[in-house]
Amino acid sequence: MIPFSYSKPQSLSQAVASHAGHGSDRGSWAADYFAGGTDMMQLMHDRVRNPERIIDITALPGLDRIQVDEQSMHLGALVRMSDAACHPHVVKNYRVVAEALLASASPQVRNLATLGGNLLQRTRCGYFRDAVLPCNKRLPGSGCPAVGGQNAGLAILGTSEHCIATYAGDFANALLVVDAKLHIAGAAGTRTIPVSDLHRRPGQTPHLETQLHPGELIVAIEFPATTGGWRSHYLKVRERTSFAFALASVAVALDLAADGTVQDARIAVGGVATTPWRLPLVEQALRGRKLDAELCRKAASLAATGAVPQTQNAFKVPLLQRVVARGLEETGGLA
Amino acid sequence: MIEAHGTIGSSVPRVDGRDKVTGRAKYAAEFAPEGLAYAALIESTIAAGAIRRIETASAKRAPGVLLVLTHENAPKLPYLPAKERPAVEPVAGEALRVLQDARILFNGQPIGVVVARTQSQAEYAASLVRVEYDVDTNPLTRFDPANAKPASAAAEKKGRGPESRQGDADGAFAAAAHRVDQTYVQPREHHSAMEPHATVAQWQGDKLTLWDKTQWVYNDADEIARVFGIPSESVHVINPYIGGAFGSALRTWPHVTLAALAARQSGRAVRLELSRRQLFYSIGFRPRAEQRVQLGADADGHLQALIQEAVAQTSTYEEFADATLDVPASTYASANRRTKYSLLPMNTNTPTPMRGPGHATGLIAQEIAMDELAVELGLDPIELRLRNFAERNPRKDLPWSSNGLRACYRAGAERFGWDKRSPQPRSMRSGRHLVGMGMATAMNPAPRYPSSASATLFADGTAVVRSATSDMGPGTYTAMTQIAADALGMPLAKVRFELGDSRMPIAKEHGGSTTTASIGPAVRAACAALLEKLHTVRTQFQLPQAETNDVVLRHAGLEILEAQGKAESAEEQKQYSTYSFGAVFAEVHVDPDFGTVRVARIVGAYDAGRIINPRLAHSQCIGGMVQGIGMALLEETAWDERFGRVVNANIAEYLIPVSADVIDLDAVFVPGEDTVLSSLGSKGLAELGLCGVAPALVNAVWHATKVRVRHLPVTPDKLLLAT
Ligand SMILES: Cc1cc2nc3c(=O)[nH]c(=O)nc-3n(C[C@H](O)[C@H](O)[C@H](O)COP(=O)(O)OP(=O)(O)OC[C@H]3O[C@@H](n4cnc5c(N)ncnc54)[C@H](O)[C@@H]3O)c2cc1C
Repeated sequence: MIPFSYSKPQSLSQAVASHAGHGSDRGSWAADYFAGGTDMMQLMHDRVRNPERIIDITALPGLDRIQVDEQSMHLGALVRMSDAACHPHVVKNYRVVAEALLASASPQVRNLATLGGNLLQRTRCGYFRDAVLPCNKRLPGSGCPAVGGQNAGLAILGTSEHCIATYAGDFANALLVVDAKLHIAGAAGTRTIPVSDLHRRPGQTPHLETQLHPGELIVAIEFPATTGGWRSHYLKVRERTSFAFALASVAVALDLAADGTVQDARIAVGGVATTPWRLPLVEQALRGRKLDAELCRKAASLAATGAVPQTQNAFKVPLLQRVVARGLEETGGLA
Repeated sequence: MIEAHGTIGSSVPRVDGRDKVTGRAKYAAEFAPEGLAYAALIESTIAAGAIRRIETASAKRAPGVLLVLTHENAPKLPYLPAKERPAVEPVAGEALRVLQDARILFNGQPIGVVVARTQSQAEYAASLVRVEYDVDTNPLTRFDPANAKPASAAAEKKGRGPESRQGDADGAFAAAAHRVDQTYVQPREHHSAMEPHATVAQWQGDKLTLWDKTQWVYNDADEIARVFGIPSESVHVINPYIGGAFGSALRTWPHVTLAALAARQSGRAVRLELSRRQLFYSIGFRPRAEQRVQLGADADGHLQALIQEAVAQTSTYEEFADATLDVPASTYASANRRTKYSLLPMNTNTPTPMRGPGHATGLIAQEIAMDELAVELGLDPIELRLRNFAERNPRKDLPWSSNGLRACYRAGAERFGWDKRSPQPRSMRSGRHLVGMGMATAMNPAPRYPSSASATLFADGTAVVRSATSDMGPGTYTAMTQIAADALGMPLAKVRFELGDSRMPIAKEHGGSTTTASIGPAVRAACAALLEKLHTVRTQFQLPQAETNDVVLRHAGLEILEAQGKAESAEEQKQYSTYSFGAVFAEVHVDPDFGTVRVARIVGAYDAGRIINPRLAHSQCIGGMVQGIGMALLEETAWDERFGRVVNANIAEYLIPVSADVIDLDAVFVPGEDTVLSSLGSKGLAELGLCGVAPALVNAVWHATKVRVRHLPVTPDKLLLAT
């Protein structure tokens, strides 16, 4: 671990101000916020992340709060994954979110890890996590050995020749299908963005992973109120039964009419793409049609459209299609 | 021969259980002598070549740094030759000599060590060291069987030679009515024990104390004594507890030398603990093996030819040859057999025994091939095995010391409900899942080593029995306490067993499933000798038999009474072949859409002779099953041949089973005692528990899906792409 200075601000403005002056236009910021530390500490031990300054945000007031009213629900960025997963309002109205959280990591990790930190967890790509090896994400311009290397777990969607690292998280996929928004605070003030705007595709600049400006802090996640016909579900397929990242996962939210017609659909997938990933073609194929096994399969066959398989991960194409089909069936009560 | 027993055979809970779960059990890294300083490794980042320049100035200036050692400033160490190569060393070659020259033999090689006041300071300073290399542009980092060499004469001496032949296997294979000819791959695997390897080293004058994670305290002391050119007695090794090892702590690895060297050069006690990532490079691993199996049978399923050829990886500096082909050549009767064993030197750290070393590997290939042959013949897999049961060890042409294999098939099949298995593959279902049932034979050598122990009686009526063995988890503490209490005729609570100290009576390695059968008899002998002494005292002081031990000692004015005991290897062993046996049955549920495999249950029936403690024995076996689930479905080192590095060198990505993968595991023991091996009647059990599990699971997956996976692990990609 590289020496760093440490501070524990007591207010949001202090936190943001401590960060200022430590920004840099490169992906690797010189200062880092510290929340649960479950990802960051590992990266620091492996010298993948080497912040000069750590700003511990765990004392910031109100960031660990869950607020529910008629219009919406707000989950503070410091809410622990385990607390969010078990909150009755989440369980009742945002099932996909609760399920995604419970399918993440292990109980011990979830007890420590925060929602904000979860959204910003870094990829599990083995080349990124071994500071000795080249990686465009860690060391821009050094190359991507995952292409042509050990890439069984890596992405087939949203990749570029510079980076094929998977976005490994589960929670963000669920947020996409409940249309959640992020409240962000920074030196320039506060702003709200849809979750779908948070992550960036690698393109030419895989080291730039999010739309956050240096020093910006996620304060809360806002969920619009759920209405009548919506039902949702998260399905995750992995090599071992628990404590593993997804080979492929799907977050489904369907607005179903009484006769089973899909009035609206939001589908996002994990484990297969470089960012949390919506499937507009699948959604479109579902809308206005009556949900049955046949439709689920047909729509799901579009899930891997545009996929670019690598040497070891071609299996993710059929897997993704089947996971989406099953996720739709289960959500619709067909399986 | 076997008398009535007290606690032997009863399920006594672990005597060290409470200390372990309450944190009172002290592991190597937790010993903190006065003035302890902390070490961090500097490791190579290329696979082959030499260090051209190593820049340590900024590391030396970093806060808290006491010492930076590299090949440039490390003293040349004597590295005296061993009188006899210890059994845990590879068959040939020379262990890595740390900091003795500029050569790089593998990526991740320790090339320096930093000592500082805190761990973080040491790690930071290590990160400041800059190394320039002369890179060997043609490193041996690809597993290419074409470059393999026949196992050497040294391997031959250990019965792991390049070839063995009986009859005309190739001719018989060509002429056989039914044939299987397939290649099976078992990837490189890592022990992944909970406790990382760690050494605390402290010099007092020219005497060295090591608190070190080791399965063999005596050898640890000898090895380090040789490296430093000092008498073995000058090295005191202490290691009361091991948090799992599975073979990884049999050898004394280079980091132990580094810790001792760093302590000597810095004049401080030094702790060196390997990180999880370093455990993939600084200790050994189960080598990747590719095996071709050719089985030929007549129309009745009697084997006519049994051919097994293995290529396994080793390092460029040592020849690690294991017993991959020993068990396959011994399992079944066949007039014609041939084995071929080759090793592929690679720029990697040297492999090392990992639970069931070689045996589990050889069985994977053989037992999947046997399943394939059963399919080819249209025979039930158990029936095929029964028809080829070997009445004697066919390889050594010796009678078995005992062999309960047939009873294992019977007991296991009954317990499992094998009769419910429909013979057709892909014919059983549970909801949307495909259900499959598979089985395999398990077999593991059951040797016994000479060993020694002491037994001491105290005036308070308690006794302590000691032997310099280890307990990496199987329950040596408990089993030996039982054996001692039994032999002394004392209640369990009054007897304590101590181990893990090179000042205790000598014992060999805690490995190879030898401990109970080897140490047990020595403990008994020591206890018997103690009782004899006690008897002498009684007679001398004319004390009645009814007088309790403490009274006897007090009468005699003795504070303690001590006796030594020894057990030699059984001579009969040479006239017999001693193995433990088992039959493993597995049921899997496969999701046909996703290719995910759930292990619904495993039943194993075992012949391990007399069971000292059924609870511990059961725990050993189901532990082996858990590890077998990993081997079959999860474990695989992601090796990048361009860099010679492990890309999943952490346990978030190198997957081993979690509790949720383990549903219903069951082990039963067939009755029987092996009185040839020792008077105790026990045979080795530990490694047997892993043997046969992976092939049983692979065979069950075939039965569920009709997909034959021959390259472990059975991951969803392989099942998905096959259907
Ligand atoms: C073995 C293992 C298995 C796992 N499996 C899964 C899984 O299956 N699914 C899954 O989704 N996750 C999984 N995880 C990841 C885990 O969920 C994350 O490590 C965790 O959610 C991160 O939260 P944290 O609070 O600990 O973040 P930290 O480690 O503290 O922070 C992570 C990053 O986010 C930044 N950050 C934190 N909070 C904020 C904020 N409010 N505003 C701005 N920046 C912030 C930090 O600066 C840092 O860069 C696994 C982790 C491990 C170790």
